[in-house]
Amino acid sequence: MKRWLTLPIILIVLGLLQWGCTALLLEGPIRQGPYYYQILVLAGINIILAVSLNLTNGVAGQFSIGHAGFFAIGAYIAACISVYGGPGFHAALGMGSAQDGALLLIAIACGALAAALAGLLVGIPSLRLRGDYLAIVTLGFGEIIRVLILNIDAVGAARGFTGIPKLSNFFWVFAGVAIAILVLHNLARSGYGRALLSIREDEIAAQAMGIPITRYKVMAFVISAAFAGLAGGLFGHFTMYLHTNSFTFVKSFEIIIMIALGGLGSLPGAVLGAAVITVLPELFREFSEYRMVIYSLALILIMIFRPQGLLGRAGLLGRGGRGK
Amino acid sequence: MQAFLQQLLNGISLGSIYALLALGYTMVYGVLRLINFAHGDIYMLGAFCGYYVSRVLHGRLESSLLETTTVMLASMLACALAGMLIERLAYRPVRHASRLTSLIIAIGVSLFIENLSQLVFGAAPRFFPQLIAEKQINAGGVMVTNQQILVLVVALLLMAGLNAFIFYTRSGKAMRAVSFNLEAAKLMGINTNAVISLTFALGSALAAAGGILVSLNLPGIDPLMGVMTGLKAFVAAVLGGIGNIFGAVLGGLILGLAETLVAGYGSSTYRDAIAFLILIAILLFKPDGLLGKGQVEKV
Repeated sequence: MKRWLTLPIILIVLGLLQWGCTALLLEGPIRQGPYYYQILVLAGINIILAVSLNLTNGVAGQFSIGHAGFFAIGAYIAACISVYGGPGFHAALGMGSAQDGALLLIAIACGALAAALAGLLVGIPSLRLRGDYLAIVTLGFGEIIRVLILNIDAVGAARGFTGIPKLSNFFWVFAGVAIAILVLHNLARSGYGRALLSIREDEIAAQAMGIPITRYKVMAFVISAAFAGLAGGLFGHFTMYLHTNSFTFVKSFEIIIMIALGGLGSLPGAVLGAAVITVLPELFREFSEYRMVIYSLALILIMIFRPQGLLGRAGLLGRGGRGK
Repeated sequence: MQAFLQQLLNGISLGSIYALLALGYTMVYGVLRLINFAHGDIYMLGAFCGYYVSRVLHGRLESSLLETTTVMLASMLACALAGMLIERLAYRPVRHASRLTSLIIAIGVSLFIENLSQLVFGAAPRFFPQLIAEKQINAGGVMVTNQQILVLVVALLLMAGLNAFIFYTRSGKAMRAVSFNLEAAKLMGINTNAVISLTFALGSALAAAGGILVSLNLPGIDPLMGVMTGLKAFVAAVLGGIGNIFGAVLGGLILGLAETLVAGYGSSTYRDAIAFLILIAILLFKPDGLLGKGQVEKV
């Protein structure tokens, strides 16, 4: 198959699936259809978050625990664009689904860009040093972003950001998933991805081989932040409401659990982990207060007894050796 | 001027709490090269332990000083055991795995303690019993409370004791040897597992003492009180040069002063941000900290 055909084919399939979802779940005979539809879309958003964090934490071996911060930046910036720029945009170009799609694309592109910029600002001071510092800085960053948003009245502050148009749906979210997986998969198999792997395995040896480790680590961190921002834009335009409670440290930790469960560094593992962590809490709603206790205990046990996760370090096509 | 002296005094009082906690971070980092994320939660456990012990003891001992001492010692002992338990169950199995693995486990342990405590103790703040009746002393226009004096005296005593232990006893020497080079220390016949356990016990006991001293002045204690304080104490340890005992004390005092002065003269909303600004500045300009020596990583 010609490689350039991959994305158009995926998009056509997604278009058909969107039509199927609308017919079956949203307007169809299934009683809890809209509920299943929502879980499906949220799983897609979590997959983007997990595969993007996997680039920093899994492939490059740097430990970031503030992914929710970038998710929040993407969500709020994208929502600002469509809430404050949307009326002007529609006045100039008219209403319609094509215009809606274009507005969504512009909004999430701005969100992703803003998140990437924040990633650059956070990454440069902390990635020059050993990985331990990144954990602390990203943790602090996530909290500072949240407090900052709580104090900005234009985005609703503590009331939450309301009135965001519903522009995103199954099609857009899973198009995002497809793009994230394609980009990150190809990236991991490129020379750049191999360089990142070598940084994870042994920083000093990688440096001795002539790899500019700081630049590569910062690049990985920025790409990862950009995709988190993209996920944020899709999220805000799906839920139509944003509140800082969705972007706490717990969210960052949930994403870490997803990739640890699937196996740090494994792309299919991240996808599987995201799907499991999205669906499981829905099945066990009555135990929700124990959720974080179980997550944290699961993380400790996974790291002690099966650090390679459920799938190990398999590549997208089951290729690639096991890590040490 | 008097206001400034007052802020200075409050800053030193807060800083000595950070210093007690930073010592634990720096000691564990010294021997294991691990950021013990659960350290802030040990501090919280110390406060809760003190809360329960003092409720049992209340009114049974004649003097309030005796009561405070008993509460503090009991809580330090319990937390020392908790610290050793955490090291034994969670960190020792992965000591030879990559540093990333132990870092992830440390975060997991921290979250586990926080969330389990929320289930066990409840998320609402508890009122810590007033062990010592508060008295204000007017020292030339600066108001000093007897609790602030207690914080300073106890913190100083503990730090002096730790210093004596590390530099003048055989176990302390072994601890310094392990922190210098774990493998070589093992070859010299030092029981490194015992030394590491001891390090966790000492660090956790200091954290427990910090937790109780802080609770004497706080309106309430809650299961998440250790999160922010723990992070700031870590920043203090990095500021002074992580792995360096004196650096931890210096960093703690500087951080406490900076925070009080910012809250006093600037805006109290930036109080929590100052620690992270200091951290980023240190990482940019002097990553080894004020007293740390630059180390070349060898293969």
